[in-house]
Amino acid sequence: MKTDQNPKPAGRGIRQSMSSLHTWAGLLLGWVLYSMFLTGTVSYFKDELSQWARPELPHLVQVPDPAAVAQRIANEFSRMDGGTSQWSMRVPDARNNSVYAFWRTSARTPGQRGFAEAHFDPATGEKVASRETLGGEFFYRYHFQFHYMPVVWGRWLAGIAAMFMLVAIISGVITHKKIFVDFFTFRWRKGQRSWLDAHNALSVFGLPFHAMITYSGLVTLMALYMPWGERAAFKTPAERAQLTAELSAFVPPGKPSGQKAPLAPVEDMVRQAQERWGQNNIGRVNVVHAGDAAARVTVVRGEPGRVSMSPQYMMFEGTTGKLLNVSESVGPAAETRGVFYALHLGRFSDTVTRWLYFLVSAMGTAMVGTGLVMWTVKRREKLPDPQRPYFGFRLVERMNIASIAGLSVAMTSFLWANRLLPSSLAGRANWEINVFFIVWALMLLHALLRPAKAAWVEQLGMASALLFLLPVLNALTTQRPLWHSLATGDWVFAGIDIMCWVLAALHAVLALRAARQKTGSRSTRKTSRRAPIAVAAGGGAE
Amino acid sequence: MSILVHRVRSAGPLISRIVAALFGGYAVAALSSVAVLALPMSKPQAVLTGMLASFIIYAGAVIWVFAVRSATKAWVGLMIVAVLLLPAAWSVS
Repeated sequence: MKTDQNPKPAGRGIRQSMSSLHTWAGLLLGWVLYSMFLTGTVSYFKDELSQWARPELPHLVQVPDPAAVAQRIANEFSRMDGGTSQWSMRVPDARNNSVYAFWRTSARTPGQRGFAEAHFDPATGEKVASRETLGGEFFYRYHFQFHYMPVVWGRWLAGIAAMFMLVAIISGVITHKKIFVDFFTFRWRKGQRSWLDAHNALSVFGLPFHAMITYSGLVTLMALYMPWGERAAFKTPAERAQLTAELSAFVPPGKPSGQKAPLAPVEDMVRQAQERWGQNNIGRVNVVHAGDAAARVTVVRGEPGRVSMSPQYMMFEGTTGKLLNVSESVGPAAETRGVFYALHLGRFSDTVTRWLYFLVSAMGTAMVGTGLVMWTVKRREKLPDPQRPYFGFRLVERMNIASIAGLSVAMTSFLWANRLLPSSLAGRANWEINVFFIVWALMLLHALLRPAKAAWVEQLGMASALLFLLPVLNALTTQRPLWHSLATGDWVFAGIDIMCWVLAALHAVLALRAARQKTGSRSTRKTSRRAPIAVAAGGGAE
Repeated sequence: MSILVHRVRSAGPLISRIVAALFGGYAVAALSSVAVLALPMSKPQAVLTGMLASFIIYAGAVIWVFAVRSATKAWVGLMIVAVLLLPAAWSVS
């Protein structure tokens, strides 16, 4: 909150106090929120980015039959060195050309912790021979747990940031007197007014989405943030299992019998699930106590065709393949949670819906960005000496540059690192991430050392150049240049190449506008004439 | 010295509000998520309902804290809600 100059703060109207709340709740974690928004936005194409990050894996022209693939991978697990009693795989679909699986590792190697994970080739069943990378998974994980800190801390930080966002959204709406009229108002090239109008348009247009995405983000990790009801209600693990069953298809395993018995064909079980939900609507196949007489196989329904993440699965007896039970519904509160969870992740989307998700989410990113910049624009006009601003102003100004323009450079550098780091490098996947953070830190240093305007122009320009050259780098370092992707109908690779150029153009425009900005911007304080024009979506991103 | 005292006195209510919003708001939200268990619902559904509602209650509490005329009033409001929720929360834990 602003320190009140007014001796009687009680006299401030609600709109004023909400405006201060909006400003400071937004600023305090604004930089964290901006990076969450941007990495979250690109995560709608997480699977595509992951495919791009493993160019050794061929583009899937046709989705392989999930049942056959499941059997192939199951065979692989039964042959696995040392054996594994528990594993889970996600079968390939239109967006995933590999099988991601994790499994419990045998305890005979001490010091190795519980689970291992890998990607498998759906055609051969063997582990894929691709470069070691997290791909799109890195942005996705950063989005809610950051990096270089314990996962739980990161998730708490994300939760606190989301809570600030929720407060900023509500207080922002209350602040707004004429939310409808202002939406159609855009005062072009009017300094602070233009920033305000852009911020308003971006916020109001996407308001339902911004509110939904913030709240549903909290819902995804609500058991971590609000564990008190759960702790009060359940005293024993058996009671708690009732709750878990409402949330997850990972059914806690019973005790193994100790009697050895081979697993019945997984293929037949997946076929039964396909009959129920559709040929390509299989999500995961989970097995517990494989090789034991008490083995259980769970086939989980895929995410397309339902806006819910609630568990839906068929459970089979592992040794006979007999269907034990079908679980397709949960309680009303659990279903509400499942729907919000699904709305947040958007995995049910077809291509068009996914692009809409991406666009409105990008508007949310721009909303946070314009809000951050507005803080400085508003205060710059009132600076006693524009040549020597006070510390807080300089801090926000520089942090804005590094966290907005600098993040674009850092994220693109991550993709560059994916193409440039040698596959033989030890800890390669980690090095890609280190490159991201090293570049980001350099951007902060650059923002601190250069004059503000120059820093904006240079970093936006750098992001534009890196994005523009990425398809070139891809053509030079892989067998899959753009012309090849276009010729073979590989829209994952072609789409990312083309999007790089679109984003390069966007950054170039922003760099040019920043370059044209008059320093001090006092001259823009003319009488503000209202020029209502219908603002097209995102029309005022700069 | 007097400037310092003045500073503290003018910042005091603001700090009080920030504490009320961050911690008082969370406490009320947490308390409500337990109190929900007293409703006639199955336990898993009640627990989830409490979790789902808690963030709205938290956000509402923060807005309340900064919307009312004084920090004292903000605290009193949170206290009243807490006192109302307490018997319900007590009965289930």
